[in-house]
Amino acid sequence: MNIIVCIKQILDPEIPPAKFKVDTVAKKVVCPEGIPLVVSPYDEQAVEAALRIKESRSDAKLTALTLGGAGAKDAIKHVLSMGVDEGIIVNDDAFEGSDAFGTAYILSKAIEKLGDYGLVLCGRQAADWDAGQVGPVLAEYLGIPVVTVAKEVAAVDGKVTVKQVLADGYRVLHMAMPALVTVSSEIGQARLPSGKGIVMAARKQVTVWSSQDLGCDPGRIGSGAARAELAELFVPSQDRKSEIITGKDVAEAAGNLAGVLRREGAI
Amino acid sequence: MDDHRGVLVVGELGQSRLATVTRELLGAGRRLADELGEPLGLLLIGDAVSGCDTEASALGVDTLYVAEGPHLAAYNGDVYMEIAGTVAGETAAAVILMGHTTAGREMGPRLAARLGGSLFTDCVDLALDAARWLVATRPVYGGNAMAGFVSKTLPQIATVRPKAMPETAACTGKNMSTVAVSTDSTLSRIELSEVVVEEAAGPRIEDAGVVVAVGAGVRQEDFGLVCDLAQVLGGAVGGTRLPYEEGWIPASSQIGQTGKMITPDLYVAVGISGAPQHMAGCTGAKRIVAINNDPEAHIFKMADYGIVADYKEALPVLIEKIREMTGA
Ligand SMILES: Cc1cc2nc3c(=O)[nH]c(=O)nc-3n(C[C@H](O)[C@H](O)[C@H](O)COP(=O)(O)OP(=O)(O)OC[C@H]3O[C@@H](n4cnc5c(N)ncnc54)[C@H](O)[C@@H]3O)c2cc1C
Ligand SMILES: Nc1ncnc2c1ncn2[C@@H]1O[C@H](COP(=O)(O)O)[C@@H](O)[C@H]1O
Repeated sequence: MNIIVCIKQILDPEIPPAKFKVDTVAKKVVCPEGIPLVVSPYDEQAVEAALRIKESRSDAKLTALTLGGAGAKDAIKHVLSMGVDEGIIVNDDAFEGSDAFGTAYILSKAIEKLGDYGLVLCGRQAADWDAGQVGPVLAEYLGIPVVTVAKEVAAVDGKVTVKQVLADGYRVLHMAMPALVTVSSEIGQARLPSGKGIVMAARKQVTVWSSQDLGCDPGRIGSGAARAELAELFVPSQDRKSEIITGKDVAEAAGNLAGVLRREGAI
Repeated sequence: MDDHRGVLVVGELGQSRLATVTRELLGAGRRLADELGEPLGLLLIGDAVSGCDTEASALGVDTLYVAEGPHLAAYNGDVYMEIAGTVAGETAAAVILMGHTTAGREMGPRLAARLGGSLFTDCVDLALDAARWLVATRPVYGGNAMAGFVSKTLPQIATVRPKAMPETAACTGKNMSTVAVSTDSTLSRIELSEVVVEEAAGPRIEDAGVVVAVGAGVRQEDFGLVCDLAQVLGGAVGGTRLPYEEGWIPASSQIGQTGKMITPDLYVAVGISGAPQHMAGCTGAKRIVAINNDPEAHIFKMADYGIVADYKEALPVLIEKIREMTGA
């Protein structure tokens, strides 16, 4: 059974907030120098979910798929070193500026080209724009059922069983394959690449497909096909007091804090 | 613009009334509909939804679309999607709103894919520009930045973050009409077998007036101290990712981007550094208090009041003082 995991390379979401800068004119996030891009954490967790399925059934073959530019190979190598079997990059100047619908369309063409698959896994959202759109849109384009925000995914015989995170617990859902599932961090930490994995990954060839290879309709890709426009991007202002309460010792400071909160009617 | 008209809210049900997020959506929806000079519709899908019509009418709904049946009791992605897609298609709404909830997260993108519309997820503000296109504002980059998008395509679909917009006060009531929606085509490829409720003891963090949150700076053996503080404050206990991963708190008590978004009057962060993905869950708190032994910790910039101290020293005194003050 083939499992396809869609991964996106992004700015590390865990950089210190002080390093996060926005160019409000260009409406772009400024990548701080010397900070390498990473695979979006939820996508790493989708890879983790796929690897756990592979451990449970010997016929599972994992393919990572990414739409990306120059650094995409690093993202693919990273997940290959975690244990993914194959990597595919789709890259073309014509893809530049594609929105979630363009991206999902391109990914659907790549998945159709791959052919036979049982399960497609995505992250619940890419941890840069936090949209959470590509997964369910991709499922619609592929004509397969979808469940979002999973904390557990199992694939037994022809069925996928998903534990979907709810506000106050979870629910258990079943779908016939092929199906698409988006994975959340509740699945637990993704494994680190192993030494052996890194060696294996270095030897592997990564396939690159262009728009022409996929037979993409030019009207559905790139910035021209985008259904919305980014009008502004800014860092929200902080209007908190940021007052440090002190005292001659910790006990007094804690007492003063209680006093302030009491005076304000907070306690 | 073309023949798209009006605002359609895809609603959800709470306990024998409209869900809070749906009441919030109706506030935003009524405002947008008035600006457009077009009608506001509400779609309700469920087992028994007609009981909500008085409430819907009081919240300014012009047309209520009702899809009712025992097979609709629980949200099913495929079945609900079929109904929402049909109603959205037939009414040709220009703006379609739903909550950024389990259902909205799935239905929003799927509807946009089917109808060919634009899509904005997890919005905290909605407006119209001069040409009457939808302008959606939403947090991006884990809450580090805000982005404003302008739609270029109809219909315009937005999922709205719960608690980001105020509920509307009931108005005098409209002459609301009700339309029954056929629920015949209910083919589903998704089967629900079990719902498991996992909640922490005590008040829920999304309802509590006071929330005390535990972070990775607290040692497991001291978790009880944090609970004691919550107890004297009459509040709930939540936390960051690590306490959830370590099993001190259930998933439903994790606060942040992956966890919950909460809006208490008082939020006390103990041993928490203030990462954006965590703060994304509590920026709506009226007051934020931080206890951290690192004077450089980012949380102090995000807090109203802070004390720079080891929680082990600070918490027992704080608990004692609050007890004295409140008699708790
Ligand atoms: C995509 C994504 C989504 C995420 N979603 C969430 C989410 O929903 N919720 C969430 O919480 N996190 C989330 N995270 C993780 C988040 O980025 C941070 O890593 C996490 O919030 C840090 O938790 P913390 O503040 O408890 O721990 P740390 O960052 O390790 O901070 C611990 C703090 O405790 C202080 N401390 C240590 N000892 C003491 C002491 N004795 N007394 C007082 N203070 C002490 C330290 O000074 C430090 O500031 C997400 C991350 C990513 C990438
Ligand atoms: N450029 C991309 N290449 C491959 N997969 C992607 C890409 N963008 C988004 N995805 C997948 O879709 C998910 C949701 O992305 P988004 O809708 O952008 O939040 C991600 O977690 C990935 O699994």
